Amino acid sequence: MNFELLLQLIVNGVIVGLLYGVIGMCFVLVYKSTKIVNFAQGEFLLIGAWVCWALLIYLELPFLVSFILSLMFMAAFGILLQMVVLRPMIGEPIISVIMITIGLSIFFQSLMKWIFGVSPQSFPQIFDQQSINILGLNIEMAYLMSTIIALVIMAAFYVFFTYSKHGLAMRATAFDQQVAQSLGISVKNVFAMSWAIAATVSATAGIVLGMVNGVSDSLSVMGIKVFPAVILGGLDSIIGAIVGGVVIGVLENVAEFFDSQYLHIGNMYDIAPFYVLLIILWFKPYGLFGTKDIERI
Amino acid sequence: MSSLTMRPCGDFRTSYKQDNTIFETKTIRFVALAAIAVLCFAPLFLDGYFLTLCIQISYLGIAALGLNILVGYTGQISLGHGAFFGFGAFASAWLNNSFNIPVFLSIPLAGFMTMGIGMMFGVPAARIKGLYLAIATLASQFIIEDFFARADWFSGGSSGASAEPLTLFGFAFDTDQSFYYVALFALITMFVWACNLMRSRDGRAFVAIRDHYLSAEIMGIKLNKYRLLSFGISSFYAGIAGALYAHYLGYVSAEGFTIFLSIQFLAMIIIGGMGSIKGTLMGVIFMVFLPEVLSSGVGVMKMTDWGNIPLVVDGLAYIKEMAIGLVIIGFLIFEPEGLAHRWAQIKNYWKFYPFSY
Repeated sequence: MNFELLLQLIVNGVIVGLLYGVIGMCFVLVYKSTKIVNFAQGEFLLIGAWVCWALLIYLELPFLVSFILSLMFMAAFGILLQMVVLRPMIGEPIISVIMITIGLSIFFQSLMKWIFGVSPQSFPQIFDQQSINILGLNIEMAYLMSTIIALVIMAAFYVFFTYSKHGLAMRATAFDQQVAQSLGISVKNVFAMSWAIAATVSATAGIVLGMVNGVSDSLSVMGIKVFPAVILGGLDSIIGAIVGGVVIGVLENVAEFFDSQYLHIGNMYDIAPFYVLLIILWFKPYGLFGTKDIERI
Repeated sequence: MSSLTMRPCGDFRTSYKQDNTIFETKTIRFVALAAIAVLCFAPLFLDGYFLTLCIQISYLGIAALGLNILVGYTGQISLGHGAFFGFGAFASAWLNNSFNIPVFLSIPLAGFMTMGIGMMFGVPAARIKGLYLAIATLASQFIIEDFFARADWFSGGSSGASAEPLTLFGFAFDTDQSFYYVALFALITMFVWACNLMRSRDGRAFVAIRDHYLSAEIMGIKLNKYRLLSFGISSFYAGIAGALYAHYLGYVSAEGFTIFLSIQFLAMIIIGGMGSIKGTLMGVIFMVFLPEVLSSGVGVMKMTDWGNIPLVVDGLAYIKEMAIGLVIIGFLIFEPEGLAHRWAQIKNYWKFYPFSY
C-alpha cells in the first residue's frame, strides 16, 4: 500500500472538501432562510469565475481589483435573481421551486457557454511559486490559498451570524418568519441578503477553483457535488455542511485511491459520493446534524 | 350524461359512472376518435421530417406520461427519469442481441426490467419525500449513467449498442412510415392505460397521496406501497418509451441519457400541466417543436441580410438550451398549471362568450 500517495490524496481531499464545505454553507444558508433549494449553486461559481476571468483578461485589471469587482457584481446578481425570479415562487410547491432553479441553472450554463465558449481557460499566473512543501507533502500554492480563504469565510460566517445585527436577523427569520416579521425584521431584505451572500461566497469558491483547474463548464458540476455533502451534514446545519464537505472531499479521493490501486472500476472519484448519498438517505435522511422533521397527526 | 353532446356549465354529475367516464360528452368522444383516424392516415400526407417529429413525440410522450403519473398524480419528484428511459433502451437491445428474444417481446420485457430497477431505486424513495427525494433520484440518475458507461456486457460501454428493427410476422418496421404506426399504437395504448389507471382504485390512491399524504394514510392507503407502485409504473413507461426509441434509431449510446434529458421530461410535464394526461401530450409537442421552431427561425434569419449575425447562427445549440431554461422559468412564474389549464381557460372563454369574466 502506497501510504505516501494516500496521505497526499487525503490532504487534497481535505482541501477540496473545505471548498465543498464553503459551497455547502451557501446552499444551507439559502435553504434555511428562504426554503429554496438552489440547484443553480454551481452556476454562481461559474459566473463568478468567468466574470473575474473576463475582467482580468479583457480589461487587464489587477487581480485584486477584478476579484472585488466580480464579487460586487455577484452580490447584485444574487439580489436581482431573488427579486425577479425567486420571489414569485414563495409558497409554491417544492417541485416548482426545484424546477425553477434547475431552469436557471440550464439557462446560465448555456449562456456562459455561448459567451465564453466551451474550452477551459486558465487564469494568468498569480503566484511566483507553483507549489510549496509542507512536512514532505507537495501542496499547490493555489490550494493553500483556497484553504486559507475557505477558513476565513467560515470564520466570517461565524462572526456574522453570532454578533452582527443582520446575521441575527437572518437567524431569527430562519427560525420563524412570522415572528421575525412582527419584531420588525424585514424578511424581504433578509431574503435578498442571503442570496447576495450565497452568490458572492460561491463566486469566491469559483474563482479559487478556476485558478487551480482553469475556468470551464465543469465548475458547475460543483453545484451538484455539494448535495452529498449537505445531505450528509443535514440540510439545515451550517456546521454539518462543513463536516459533510470535508468528509465527501476525503471520501472521493480515498475511493479514487482504492480504485486505482485495487479495484479498477474506474470513475469512482465522481460516482462514490452519490452511492454514499443514497446510503445516507436510506438510513439517516436528516443527516448528521440536521433537525429531524417529526410529523404527528 | 354520456348522451349529451354539449357539457352544461357546472358540475351536474349524479353517479359514479358519470364521474368515471373518459369522454365527458359525445362530442369529445367523436373528436378523439376522429383525431385518431386522421392520425392513422398521417403518413400519407406528412413528409419525412414531420413523421420523424411525430415518432419523437410518441416515445417522448410515453415517457413523459410515466413521469406525470409519478410527479403530477402521486406528488413525488424524480430527477432520474432520463436514466430510466435509457435503461429501457439498453435493456431491450440487450435482450434482443444476447438472448435473441424477438423485438416485439423484448420491448415489454425491457419495460418490466426498467420497472424492477425503478422500484429498486424507489425503495429508499418510498420513505422520503420532497427535496430529499429529488436528491435521491438525482443520485440514481448519476449511478445509472455511470453503469451505462461501465457495463460493457449490458450496454456495449462507450461504443454503444445496436438495436435490430422491430419485426412482426416477417414484416420489418424499419422505415419511418411503418414505425409511425408502431409508435402511434404504443402511444394510444399507454395513454388509454393511464386514463384507466387514474379512474381505478390505485389511481385515486395516488391522487390522495399527492393531495394530503397524512389524510391518505389515515384513510387506510398504504403510503409505502403506493409510492413504490407509482415509481414502478413510471419506470415501466420510461422503459417502454426507451425501448421504442432504441428500436427506432437502431443504435443506442450512453451519451444521450444525461440529467438534461431528465430535466427535459420534467419541463414537458410542467409546461403541459402536472396531473393532466392531455396536458402531458401538449407539453411534449411544445418541447419537441420548440427547438425546431428556433432552428427554422434562425434559418430564415440567415437568409436575410439584417439577420445573418454569426453570433446567433453559430450559437444556435446554446440558444436552444437557453430557451428550454427560459421556458421552464416562464411557465412556472406565469402559468404554473401549464398549457392544459390555459386550454381550459380558452374553452371557458368561448363557452361563456360574450359574458365571460
